[in-house]
Amino acid sequence: MKSHPISRRAFLKGSLAATGLTIAVSVTPSGYRLLNASERKEEALSAFKPNIWFEIRPDNKVTVTVASVEMGQGVHTALPMIIADELEADWKQIKVRQGPAGAEYKNPVLDDQLTVASASVRGYYGPLRKAGAAGRAMLIKAAAETWKVPEEDCKAEKGTVQHKKSGRKLTYGQLCLKAAKLEVPKDPPLKKESEFRYVGKPMPRLDIPKKVSGAATFGLDFSLPDMQFAVFARPPAYGAKPISFDEKAAEGVKGVRKVIPTPQGIAVCASSLDSALKGRDALNVKWDKGTHPQLDNEFIEKSLIADLDKPGSKVIEKGDPKKALGEARKKIEATYFVPYVAHATMEPMNCTAHVREGRCDVWAPTQGPLTAKFVASDVSGLPLQKVNIHTTFLGCGLGRRARPDFIVDAVLVSKVVGKPVKVIWTREEDIKYDAFRAAMSHRIEAGIDDQGRLIGWFHKVVSPSIMKDIAPQAVVGGVDFMSLWGLADFPDSPHENRIMYDIPNFYVEFLLSDLPIPVAPWRSVQNGPNAFVIESFIDELAHAAGKDPLEFRLQHLRNNMRAYRVLETVAKKADWGKPIPKGQGRGIAQHSCFGSYVAQVVDLSVNEKDGKVKVHRVVVAADCGPVVNPDTIKAQVDGAVTIALSSALKEEVKFSNGGVKSANFDDYSVIKMSEVPEIEVHIVESKEKMGGIGEPGVPPMAPAVGNAIFNATGARIRRLPFTPERVLSAIKK
Amino acid sequence: MISLNVNGKNYRVDVPDDVPLLWVLRDYLKLTGTKYGCGIGECGSCTVHINGKAERSCVIPIKEVRGKKIITIEGLPENHPVKRAWIKEQVPQCGYCQPGVMMQVAALLSEIRKPDAERIINAMDNMICRCGTHTRIKKGIKTAVQIARKEGRV
Repeated sequence: MKSHPISRRAFLKGSLAATGLTIAVSVTPSGYRLLNASERKEEALSAFKPNIWFEIRPDNKVTVTVASVEMGQGVHTALPMIIADELEADWKQIKVRQGPAGAEYKNPVLDDQLTVASASVRGYYGPLRKAGAAGRAMLIKAAAETWKVPEEDCKAEKGTVQHKKSGRKLTYGQLCLKAAKLEVPKDPPLKKESEFRYVGKPMPRLDIPKKVSGAATFGLDFSLPDMQFAVFARPPAYGAKPISFDEKAAEGVKGVRKVIPTPQGIAVCASSLDSALKGRDALNVKWDKGTHPQLDNEFIEKSLIADLDKPGSKVIEKGDPKKALGEARKKIEATYFVPYVAHATMEPMNCTAHVREGRCDVWAPTQGPLTAKFVASDVSGLPLQKVNIHTTFLGCGLGRRARPDFIVDAVLVSKVVGKPVKVIWTREEDIKYDAFRAAMSHRIEAGIDDQGRLIGWFHKVVSPSIMKDIAPQAVVGGVDFMSLWGLADFPDSPHENRIMYDIPNFYVEFLLSDLPIPVAPWRSVQNGPNAFVIESFIDELAHAAGKDPLEFRLQHLRNNMRAYRVLETVAKKADWGKPIPKGQGRGIAQHSCFGSYVAQVVDLSVNEKDGKVKVHRVVVAADCGPVVNPDTIKAQVDGAVTIALSSALKEEVKFSNGGVKSANFDDYSVIKMSEVPEIEVHIVESKEKMGGIGEPGVPPMAPAVGNAIFNATGARIRRLPFTPERVLSAIKK
Repeated sequence: MISLNVNGKNYRVDVPDDVPLLWVLRDYLKLTGTKYGCGIGECGSCTVHINGKAERSCVIPIKEVRGKKIITIEGLPENHPVKRAWIKEQVPQCGYCQPGVMMQVAALLSEIRKPDAERIINAMDNMICRCGTHTRIKKGIKTAVQIARKEGRV
């Protein structure tokens, strides 16, 4: 799919309170961006800045600008490692600067400045290598000119240029102002990969010391003199409107400055958070019942399952699935359901904004600085060039922070009160007004021949549209590919989020659900739910074919060696096929997304009395292509497995009376330390194309657990989460 | 006016006496290392030491800590075994919950030099981390115990 130009303004007008980001449906040619002459002239006086990615000053510091945002995935270290390596800088020289919002900082894989889709390292790797190499070439030239020797006789090493014959040496700090006057080479030679000094080595993260001392500034930690605090009273049900509220009582609370009714709720702005919260209580808002008063969990599940019987849009038709199923020796059919899941990042949504005459500043923990800029411009009424986005550290992202609703809140209130304003969402608001991982229903019918080969597969999916709030123009013919990720993807997608099995006759149909609940990407987007369905069903088929689940998978992955190899590796590392302790179950699953391939084996026990699942061990094999920081990769996979296990075992948003009932961690339960198993991560050495790693560890987890529960108990559970009650009732059946 | 002792320093703040300690630390004393995560004492991101014990500052009204000694993440020495272990094992991801987690671990280790697995789970089970650093937190605790033992401290 080619890029879909959208008028952001037109789009924002329609869905201001929702979101305004464009999504990655196109690939731009990657290149490192040179600075133009006028920009360089200004910079040349004080620093060497051959492109937008780094600068060197006479104090010998190398400051790297990172376009992606840091939310724990280690990008403030991985991207500087790439530059430092090609530049031949000394790691001790490196300082990191969070990049501003700007079109020039777009990730080539996404065609936007978003930190999503596990795209940072794979997207910026090429441009940053070239940027660093250009700097190295220019510093060598500057030294050669200084010494009046041929460039070939000079070499760059750890922040210096040396003249090989004479042993003379100049630091980058000494050379930088001279280098600044040279022409930037268009196609500088890159290092050989065997010469990498930092890339491929486990480098300690640069942001960790600040995070350990307590000095790191997250969005919620930022403050300004004379800053006001604002909280919102928001509707308890979808579409609910206020019938009445006591503005006077709220404004009578000490410290309350202003009550501001807005489309997304009633804001109370005060001199302290305490006053704002007390003012909100005093508002005593009465709301109407909203647009879907009957909506609760049962309504949602019934609606999504009933929609499976309605006609949808054809997504894929390959071969003749009808004929194949007619000829199948064995056919099986199953219906699956996945509920809504909350992001619940540890730092709740928040934003500080200061709208002044002719200027708007925003300090936000956002995954989409460029989106924030468009939104702040639109809400403040100021032109883009008057809007400055300052991205702080993010207290986890998970996809939630690409949605700019919290930015709209702060800019709006600051515009009204004319002072800097920090908007804080309480945890209750953070959960109730989340845009969740979408619930979905699936029905599959598939057949195998007498050799146990998969010959036909019909797959129907019903899901709310993930792209509706992101890039509605990319939902074409009723098909939302982000809802289908892992099963089907955009034709030319850079993410390759497709089913990897060889299925000669294959049919996929999709229907959009019209449930009013906002949804958004959640770590791995719908690869997670879709992999749960596909990999559980593959296990069902293996069982029907009388084959070992590993063998059955390998049999259908002969044309996909990367998937094949991670399965083989994980099986070997986890002793697949060897006996396991009595009473335990073992399950396997694989999935590929965002260009990486991951397989997992799970060992667990099921308490047959109370249905509790205890996961003992998870073994992971991952092929994400060339590796930049292996320690971060392991940490990311640990984290992905842990949150995926949390959602598989425990998480489901509760709804009642047309709105969200879940509100805090006491009724939205997430994984605890006692529930986290041993996690063993094996990185499969690979020279294949680089993939992402923030998300691909998520999808295989839920099906591997489900398959292990089946292995332990004989009960197949086709609905998440695997709560004790659900497991117990499945065993009893 | 309420008098407070935080990280060895005396402060006087003019706030209503029902305001949680957390917000006084963050918004009045600008000690923002202590984090807001839930406001109901469920997640542990706001954990500080009050008279040497790990407590959840989001549910403690400021009036209850008059005359007590409060230590926040900023007051835990930079060379404390927990802080050093957290860097050595590269524990944090986003890092938001970690100050609370580290304060919980520091309190545990000051009570018991070498906690067994059960004691660790008991102390840590009600801490929430959404990045999934649990595995490294366990590693970090082991390393902190080793550092402390080598140096005869904690």
